[in-house]
Amino acid sequence: MSNPNYAALAEANGLPRVGARPPLGEYLKEAWERRHFAIASARYAVETKNSRSRLGIIWIVLRPLLTAAIYGIVFGLIMPAGSRPDNFLPYLVIGVFVFQYFTNSLSQGASSITGNSGLVQSLHFPRVLLPVSIVLRQLFEIIPVMVALLPIIWILGEPPRLGWFMLIPILFVMTLFNIGVALIVARLTVHFPDLKQIIPFVSRLLFYSSGIFYSLEAVFAGTEKAGLLLIAQLNPVHDFISLARGYLIEGPPATPFMWLVVGIGTVAVLLFGIIFFWAAEEKYGND
Amino acid sequence: MTDIGTTGFNVDDTEHNKPTVIVDNLHVKFRIFTSGKAAKKSATRGRLGRNTREVHALKGVSFVAHEGESIGVVGHNGSGKSTLMRSIAGLIPPAEGAVYASSRPSLLGVNAALMSELSGEKNVQLGTLALGMSPAEARSKYDQIVDFSGLGEFMDLPMRAYSSGMSARLRFAIAISKTHQILMVDEALAVGDKDFRSRSEERIRELRREAGTVFLVSHSMKSILDTCNRVIWLDHGNLLMDGKPQEVIDAYQASK
Repeated sequence: MSNPNYAALAEANGLPRVGARPPLGEYLKEAWERRHFAIASARYAVETKNSRSRLGIIWIVLRPLLTAAIYGIVFGLIMPAGSRPDNFLPYLVIGVFVFQYFTNSLSQGASSITGNSGLVQSLHFPRVLLPVSIVLRQLFEIIPVMVALLPIIWILGEPPRLGWFMLIPILFVMTLFNIGVALIVARLTVHFPDLKQIIPFVSRLLFYSSGIFYSLEAVFAGTEKAGLLLIAQLNPVHDFISLARGYLIEGPPATPFMWLVVGIGTVAVLLFGIIFFWAAEEKYGND
Repeated sequence: MTDIGTTGFNVDDTEHNKPTVIVDNLHVKFRIFTSGKAAKKSATRGRLGRNTREVHALKGVSFVAHEGESIGVVGHNGSGKSTLMRSIAGLIPPAEGAVYASSRPSLLGVNAALMSELSGEKNVQLGTLALGMSPAEARSKYDQIVDFSGLGEFMDLPMRAYSSGMSARLRFAIAISKTHQILMVDEALAVGDKDFRSRSEERIRELRREAGTVFLVSHSMKSILDTCNRVIWLDHGNLLMDGKPQEVIDAYQASK
């Protein structure tokens, strides 16, 4: 039944192959042209997420606050005071919120293709829009949380300062980093669906190793484990959190080293993520 | 080979029109986890415990579609009709073979992009953006879509509050707001009440005139005979017959 001349016929009539992966530049250009779909779908997903509960959109701010309250009670009362900075509550709250932006992008990003197979199998668009839209959704959720954070840390004894504006570039760079991470795990989950089960544990590990409720520097200070500290400090998630703390509250200031780790980490993860995701563009949809 | 593509547009003898879609030895396979007693018979054991079974949904389908053709696709449930449409649209990657097309074939439908918690108004916006329109284009189509759906007074309600007929009307109105050169319609004619159905059929005919090539998947032989000038019959992933509508449909119905 196969006709060997079909490929030649297609070429003679100038018919390109359907579903062929476009070159990277063209692919990104098409994705940029269709960005409004990713933005609208992220915005509406945030809007509707809590539409059935009475407090509605307020839950977006309330949920992380409750989480922070639990950590505050548990770690504030149980942890030895020595490993805790003086302004522990604002320190903790910033850590929890910034980390949450990362971990939500990671876990939701992992299912951005596999969890949207209906969409993938019915409409054509550059698939990169799906993980990007997922991260944008997390961004739209974290912005009101961050805005609510500022009066809270003021009440907790941290007066307003100019550094608060640095949250904007931090969140901007972190969004690019999160998009890179989401792109990588989105493709990996297509090949290995079981990855979704492992990601919560990766999140846990990062949660404990990123110094959310203790200071890595204080714990490692004066011990033999300087190498371990350096490894922990090379984790961009830890540095995003340290940067936010450095600009928002009293304590160790933000350093150029942190910006360096964050900058190099973001460029590397984003570039690799885009190429890695694009390389499998033709495979999405086969499940 | 040389005469193909050089002749002009011809309605009666579309075979010599310019080819728009070439399906070349198309195979599609799905690998699916199996479970239960029935799984023991057909499954191959995967490396890591779970049994998987390979479903060979399309087994080497080949044909050429030309400009001006309306091609009906018939076949029993599970014969691979929807898979063929999705694969022609480039949404399901082929295991072997290829599909070539003069422009990207589109499936008529926007359901998966919409959100039931969202108001009708915002769903129209989201759906049109999903179809690839620019925000300005999406705004300019808004009134037309609402008019066609006849749901103007319900646009502020979330879609989950709509009856199933109403949401089908809105989805259809959004989906048909865009014109395509190569269009695939999968059983979409049967939505809404009688009045809406006749309007949708009229709109489909309009889209057909605007489109170069149309595929229609349907279990209604009447609507295929009414609208198609060529029919292909799929059976268990094989192309069993390809020809004039009446001949193919007679053979198909005789096989039942």
